[in-house]
Amino acid sequence: MYDGSKIIVGLLVFVGMMTFPFWNNIGKAAYKTPELKLPPKSVATECVEGKEFMREKHMQLLNDWRDEAVRNGERLYVSQANHKQYQISLQNSCMKCHDNKEEFCDKCHNSASVSPYCWDCHIAPPKKGN
Amino acid sequence: MDTSRRKFLTYAGVSVLGLAAMPAVDAWASDTPYVVSSKQLKATRWAMVVDTTKLNSEADFAPLIEACHSIHNVPDIPTKQNIKWIWYDERERVFPDDENPYMAEAFEHKNYLLLCNHCFEPPCVRVCPTKATFKREDGIVMMDFHRCIGCRYCMAGCPYGARSFNFMDPRLHLDAAKENKEFPTRTKGVVEKCNFCYERLADGKLPACVEASKGALIFGDLDDPKSEVRKVLKERYSIRRKPSIGTQPNVYYLI
Repeated sequence: MYDGSKIIVGLLVFVGMMTFPFWNNIGKAAYKTPELKLPPKSVATECVEGKEFMREKHMQLLNDWRDEAVRNGERLYVSQANHKQYQISLQNSCMKCHDNKEEFCDKCHNSASVSPYCWDCHIAPPKKGN
Repeated sequence: MDTSRRKFLTYAGVSVLGLAAMPAVDAWASDTPYVVSSKQLKATRWAMVVDTTKLNSEADFAPLIEACHSIHNVPDIPTKQNIKWIWYDERERVFPDDENPYMAEAFEHKNYLLLCNHCFEPPCVRVCPTKATFKREDGIVMMDFHRCIGCRYCMAGCPYGARSFNFMDPRLHLDAAKENKEFPTRTKGVVEKCNFCYERLADGKLPACVEASKGALIFGDLDDPKSEVRKVLKERYSIRRKPSIGTQPNVYYLI
């Protein structure tokens, strides 16, 4: 092999850099899903949809809500879970119960490194902590 | 072809039956969980009539502007980059086609109330590349701030200067304590304007400026011959801004 030593050193450096995230994290605590603070039972006992649905699909639901309310003028949502009607509004529906953005929204979003731009325009409720 | 007349007619009949059943199938297929509130005020062409005889001094305009700007979180920026949803200006800039050099003194420098005209043929809607601004079925020219990319074509397209661009984060000029927590603010880089209080109409309320105007503003459905706007337009002389350009404004001025 011509220039064997250079190639082997180069390969070692390459493999080392490729696997950096793995060996850098050896011994560190495993990723834990952040625990959300849900509103107390005195404020609300159920969400517009079930827990699993909201966990998986709240972003799709919020997107649909936005389009239906702003573009189609349909401002009421009939829950598929409990068949009650809810006003479509981030500030006036969601955040009336989940009134702690830091403990509810940000915890997961920060941990998952996503930064939705909802709050550039929508006003988060004043901090008090449910 | 060995299609008999009898067969042909049978197939044609079945096809027509299928067409007749289509609306029912459509209704069943489009069963979505979204509904329009029963409180929603409905119209096919919302319009506003401004009684200019009742709006003269600054004190007449101020409460209307305050009512609108406070509930919609419109900032007051003390530069040319100010945001306006509803404001007033002098005659020569409101009705620029009216070049009468011998105007009666009372009208020469009179101020007129200004807001988005919610045109029947809105040029802003035609030029918007993302459909962020669009005309609703009830005639309101709406902004969807989620889609606005801040290209400002609509500002160039609007012949009435009814649109404002957010050159900076509007929250820098809003008092967080006085913000209306039930309505969003805007963000840097979007265009905004009057929305005919669509959020209040959805709640069964008239626009904020109309409510604050003590009768100087009249709001209603132009397509409804029994509406208050039609009644007042039948009785009194009215003009619209820049009628020659064909935008068909839905804001009328009683002179």
